[in-house]
Amino acid sequence: MEIGLFIPCYINQFYPEVGKATLQLLQKYGNVTYPMSQTCCGQPMANSGCEKDGVEALKVFYKNFKDFDYVVGPSASCVLHVREHGATLYPEMSSLVPKVYDLTEFMYDVMKDDTLEASFGHQVAVHKSCHGLRGMRLGQCSERVTCDVSKQDKLLEQVDGLSLVKPSRADECCGFGGTFSVSQPDVSVRMGNDRLNDYINAGAEYITSGDMSCLMHLDGIIQRKQLPIKVIHLAEILASKAINSNAKNSQHVNAI
Amino acid sequence: MSTQYKSHQEGAKVFNKNPKRVSWHDKALWFVREKRDTAAHSIPEWEELREIASQIKAHTLSHLDKYLLQFEEQAKANGIHVHWAKDAKEHNDIVLSILQKHKVKNVVKSKSMLTEECGLNPHLNQHDIEVVDTDLGERIVQLAKEHPSHIVLPAIHKKKEEVGELFHEHLNTEKGATDPTYLTRAARKHLRDEFLKADAAITGVNFAVAESGGFVVCTNEGNVDMGANLAPVHIACMGIEKIIPKVEHLGVFLRLLARSATGQAITTYSSHFHQPKEGKEMHIVLVDNGRTEQLGRDDFRKSLNCIRCGACMNTCPIYRRSGGHSYTYTIPGPIGSILSPGKDLRKHSSLPFASTLCGSCSDVCPVKIDIHTQLYKWRQIIMEETNYDPAKKMSMKMAGKAMGNPTLFKLMGKVGNTFLKGPRALIYNGMNTWGLERELPVPTQTFDDWYKKNKN
Repeated sequence: MEIGLFIPCYINQFYPEVGKATLQLLQKYGNVTYPMSQTCCGQPMANSGCEKDGVEALKVFYKNFKDFDYVVGPSASCVLHVREHGATLYPEMSSLVPKVYDLTEFMYDVMKDDTLEASFGHQVAVHKSCHGLRGMRLGQCSERVTCDVSKQDKLLEQVDGLSLVKPSRADECCGFGGTFSVSQPDVSVRMGNDRLNDYINAGAEYITSGDMSCLMHLDGIIQRKQLPIKVIHLAEILASKAINSNAKNSQHVNAI
Repeated sequence: MSTQYKSHQEGAKVFNKNPKRVSWHDKALWFVREKRDTAAHSIPEWEELREIASQIKAHTLSHLDKYLLQFEEQAKANGIHVHWAKDAKEHNDIVLSILQKHKVKNVVKSKSMLTEECGLNPHLNQHDIEVVDTDLGERIVQLAKEHPSHIVLPAIHKKKEEVGELFHEHLNTEKGATDPTYLTRAARKHLRDEFLKADAAITGVNFAVAESGGFVVCTNEGNVDMGANLAPVHIACMGIEKIIPKVEHLGVFLRLLARSATGQAITTYSSHFHQPKEGKEMHIVLVDNGRTEQLGRDDFRKSLNCIRCGACMNTCPIYRRSGGHSYTYTIPGPIGSILSPGKDLRKHSSLPFASTLCGSCSDVCPVKIDIHTQLYKWRQIIMEETNYDPAKKMSMKMAGKAMGNPTLFKLMGKVGNTFLKGPRALIYNGMNTWGLERELPVPTQTFDDWYKKNKN
């Protein structure tokens, strides 16, 4: 199976450890290639009301990924943009769109992986990113009377030593919202603060998520206020044991 | 009247200057949202109900002319006077002429965001007619000379201390009184006097039924019944989208409405009006005011499904932390942000951007309006057709070009990372709104660089 590794632009730029963990996880399922000339999915333009300016990014995406059996990236938000708007904005994409997956969705739905060998001995709260939750239905959201499976929780339940903590508001937005975070900093930061307090009060040592963008925003506040909590992408937790075995004297993985 | 902000950002910034009020506002509305969750989850067929409601609305909207005419015919046969208003001005003129014909000086009004939308109160005031809003929350904001900040909880932004102050000033309650029971009793007495002296009652309409020519108004305070039954003239004002085909459909909507709005199984009063009492007059004004235009917009037609429950406001994390007055339209929150651009694209251009597109509004909506998808679509139209945020427009154009060119994009990434490693004063300044209260990520090595070194 040929898997194309899609690394969103800001993860490439700021969070290489998330990319490494994703690569490591995917290598279990097939032959993984990272096309070096990928750029971005175009979501920042689209959500800013300039979706046509994102078409060039989609063309590059298509060129890089059209020949793979699956394209997998560690970001529900970016994948959702490709899925929801890709084919409308650039019709060539219609054959590629069904093959593009978020990492945890790919692991749970496609590979149905229940043989994870990971270990992370911490109290962890899952930040259910809105695009993953309500866009891709990766979990049960509190508004709907349905029985959706929380796929990310199911994967995390396989991790040794990890204990999931539940915040009081299980699925409220963190306030990132792409350019919203800079156009409305007051409300954005306020929402981030509220989420963080909720996670801290629930006793979480770590906040994890399938979307690094939410974590980037939350971590920005954590670092500024020196709060007693850390962020870690889901991929890093799910890949943690394998990496642990390579990292001497390391209890767990913060950065690879 | 209360401050009219130019943009949502402006209002939100002002609201956030008082963090304690933000916390309190957020918690009060979240409490209602949680009550809604409990009520919704007590109905196993909730999602089915939503689907049925949405389909009834879709059907009705595609046969709107037929059902409105059927309603008119039936209502007239019942002895109700039916009027048609194409816009707010016509609506206000019609209501005024009915009141003038009856030499009305005092009006009690209830349950009508439509009359807010049309600016009816100031219009009637100009013609020496006094209008008293009789829903408690509406009365509070009316005394405060403000607009409602929420469609179901119009005074949710006000604390009991502020209400006590207002009532002391206007209703002669004791200074410093904050006890809700005491204040409510004072309001009740005051409103009772107003009901008794009113010459006419104006009400809204929650649902108008085509087959019966009757209409239903839902209240928790019973004030619609007080007004409509005491006064000799009852004028009901409704947006044309409030029509439903059959009486049997009421069961679907009444179950959804109160649960979504306040978490109640049903409102305390669901008052059905079919014909005037002997010697009295009943009028209904069917108002378009931009609704047929919205009906003609494929992407936004579904916004006319709205039954005004306010659930999207209660669930919206932005609304809860920016307050209803930060929105520049009569109907605030997510639903207002998709209704308002159709009325005035330029004036309300900031509203579709007052969202993280989290989608909670769409999931909570009892009539399945795809609110966040419509917000996204309005954003595209606003950036295309207006001069909103030209700096962002330019930067998106440039970023888009760079993203189409991998070499240029990688180069820009390197430049960006070098910049971020530069002096703090250069990065953290007033221009960088991210950095006002947040740290930026610190670049180490890009994934590209790591992959290049390690791919074999």
